[in-house]
Amino acid sequence: MAAIFQGVGAAATLSSSPSNSFVPKKFLTSPRRSFSVRKVPSYVVVRSDGSVNFDLNSKSRRAQQLVANAVATKADSSAASSSSNPGHELLLFEALREGLEEEMERDPRVCVMGEDVGHYGGSYKVTKDLAKKFGDLRVLDTPIAENSFTGMGIGAAMTGLRPVVEGMNMGFLLLAFNQISNNCGMLHYTSGGQFTIPIVIRGPGGVGRQLGAEHSQRLESYFQSIPGIQMVACSTPYNAKGLMKAAIRSENPVILFEHVLLYNLKERIPDEDYICNLEEAEMVRPGEHVTILTYSRMRYHVMQAAKTLVNKGYDPEVIDIRSLKPFDLYTIGNSVKKTHRVLIVEECMRTGGIGASLTAAITENFNDYLDAPIMCLSSQDVPTPYAGTLEEWTVVQPAQIVTAVEQLCR
Amino acid sequence: MATAFSTAKFSTQPFPLNPTSTTSHDSSIVFARPTSQFLGSTRKFRLTSSSKFNLSRRSKTVVAVSDVVKQKKSKSSPSLLITKEEGLDLYEDMVLGRAFEDMCAQMYYRGKMFGFVHLYNGQEAVSTGFIKLLKQQDSVVSTYRDHVHALSKGVPARAVMSELFGKTTGCCRGQGGSMHMFSREHNLLGGFAFIGEGIPVATGAAFTSKYKREVLKEADCDHVTLAFFGDGTCNNGQFFECLNMAALWKLPIVFVVENNLWAIGMSHLRATSDPHIYKKGPAFGMPGIHVDGMDVLKVREVAKEAIGRARRGEGPTLVECETYRFRGHSLADPDELRDPAEKARYAARDPITALKKYLIENSLASEAELKTIEKKIDEVVEDAVEFADESPVPSRSQLLENVFADPKGFGIGPDGRYRCEDPKFTEGTAHV
Repeated sequence: MAAIFQGVGAAATLSSSPSNSFVPKKFLTSPRRSFSVRKVPSYVVVRSDGSVNFDLNSKSRRAQQLVANAVATKADSSAASSSSNPGHELLLFEALREGLEEEMERDPRVCVMGEDVGHYGGSYKVTKDLAKKFGDLRVLDTPIAENSFTGMGIGAAMTGLRPVVEGMNMGFLLLAFNQISNNCGMLHYTSGGQFTIPIVIRGPGGVGRQLGAEHSQRLESYFQSIPGIQMVACSTPYNAKGLMKAAIRSENPVILFEHVLLYNLKERIPDEDYICNLEEAEMVRPGEHVTILTYSRMRYHVMQAAKTLVNKGYDPEVIDIRSLKPFDLYTIGNSVKKTHRVLIVEECMRTGGIGASLTAAITENFNDYLDAPIMCLSSQDVPTPYAGTLEEWTVVQPAQIVTAVEQLCR
Repeated sequence: MATAFSTAKFSTQPFPLNPTSTTSHDSSIVFARPTSQFLGSTRKFRLTSSSKFNLSRRSKTVVAVSDVVKQKKSKSSPSLLITKEEGLDLYEDMVLGRAFEDMCAQMYYRGKMFGFVHLYNGQEAVSTGFIKLLKQQDSVVSTYRDHVHALSKGVPARAVMSELFGKTTGCCRGQGGSMHMFSREHNLLGGFAFIGEGIPVATGAAFTSKYKREVLKEADCDHVTLAFFGDGTCNNGQFFECLNMAALWKLPIVFVVENNLWAIGMSHLRATSDPHIYKKGPAFGMPGIHVDGMDVLKVREVAKEAIGRARRGEGPTLVECETYRFRGHSLADPDELRDPAEKARYAARDPITALKKYLIENSLASEAELKTIEKKIDEVVEDAVEFADESPVPSRSQLLENVFADPKGFGIGPDGRYRCEDPKFTEGTAHV
């Protein structure tokens, strides 16, 4: 794994220079975009067979102000951000750490608890050096007892602290399901509003590189029915930091889903303080022909497929829904009203996943605007196999997305 | 000298246990019972500290406690464990608990409350013995058998009764019910339906207390948390995980086991490999104490020490109170499995009658005074029922309130506004 991510650093420096031969010029100067292309963030997709693709992640980045507004701001308003200070470049896990550190400095009640978050710095280094800075009690190394330390976080949240509970891998939080479902989600209601639970539960999940079935779980589908919690999924360093900060500041219990494979994404983010609205979706690429709804790692598969689709003459609109619970029906609805075709690409399993709920929500609210049935591409209903080839076929690949769009737009 | 509770491995006499008996025959269970019930815990500790039972390995740790108690005894004789005011206070609290629970049963059979209602009759000594020693800022975490814990902590009987009736004036606005009593004002952190679920929450509250003292530098923060749970919970993973964490970080918490020997129909002896729950404390590095839970004064003595320990920052304590519930597990439980002889034996040790006897024998109170208290409690309970009867039921608009502390969590609707801004949806939150 280490070898792959060293390549990212090299790729990042390569692609940040304007004379990058890997950049397809067509993509950069597409006339549809009404904002100027700035320094582009880049990432590397490494296939399981070892081939490496460089790609660009052209998207609009809104300079979010701290005041959250319900309506997702449009793409043009982000033009202002390019002329302000250039920001700094960092990897996604560093962005998470920066967000966490800033919030811990801002509010002394914010504390972190989890396995190996303190001295070890976090299994994915999200809490690196925080224990040295804030002390062992504020960045608490817990014993391996997920149910109990999540419950402890909930008790601490009820009595005035603002804990951030880390599941070393999201799958481990299955052990904490009792506390998350019964206490985290429900206690505010069951107590008649007397106790708030401003807890953030975060951790890496999703299908990684041959991690095996139990380390490749997508818990967003299991947690989505729990009333009283909010779920968000981050996908870029910008929204990772923004969502982390917003989640910590929120009075509601928030579950922040990170992805194991996205921790080494590099991007330039603003220096100033900003948050990303927890309930809003992100417009990645405006388009006309089809709406593609996605989140987390699948965003990058979709953008890769978008490259191919643009070459073939399609114009997909890509939205990173970010807020898994509740859905941002405004952004999604506007998109559906524009394109009339919806494709959902997700990493959850087909049965009972986020895509299934989203399909239902769109059908309920926007049925009249649809020209074709909603297509939902999800992972196979299979425990993630170890073998690289099988694992590749479990999740949705860009080629399948291209085929699906072609089918949808027929 | 080692502090009293540092590595207390003391047990009382070894018991001949008959694991094959499926009903609890009283011959097989011998718990330490001093001849005079209300000498409090002194006699028990003195027994063990004298090398009568050759507990030399253990006597070292026990000595300090019995020393303290011995001193008390020698200061003035006869020394009483409580003053008159304290005694009346305890009596009133226990009578309130009993009368309230009896009224609950009545109301349930009259169809005023529904669902699962778990009554606390017989166990009042534990609740009163512990909770009456707390300050308002101390926290209590309970289980589904939480009505009396709420009352002892200070939640008004009216609020509890109307919560049981499902009215909007209940302590949880009618949204919690019998098993979920919460009170921010009185720091009652629930009321949990699953056993063991509240123990981590209690550990978290204790963690906050430690955090406030050490990180937020509120030097005078010495809030203690009490976690109440039953014998069945002591076989649950959350119990052990929290014992570990509490001892590891020396959290200011007391784990109070209300061992009433029965989990619905499962006898504690049939479910547990080693039925001595207090022994599980020293396995994690905290003192484990066994006390007669039918005797409020003994419980109070032990509670004083345990709570004091926690306040001083010396860490957690595990207290096992041997007690008994006179009624079934819940009002839906026909209670057929328990041996009537066992029930009779414990009924003879009713904590309220025992305290009454003690108060009268030691001239702390007269019959008349106690009668006045009982009458007053009857009125309080009657008033609570009346209040609950007359309170309004929750309206439709209350349904979606309080789901989120920040109602923006309901999300953005198709029209671009937050759903909670739509007056027809809900305001999303309401002040209690």
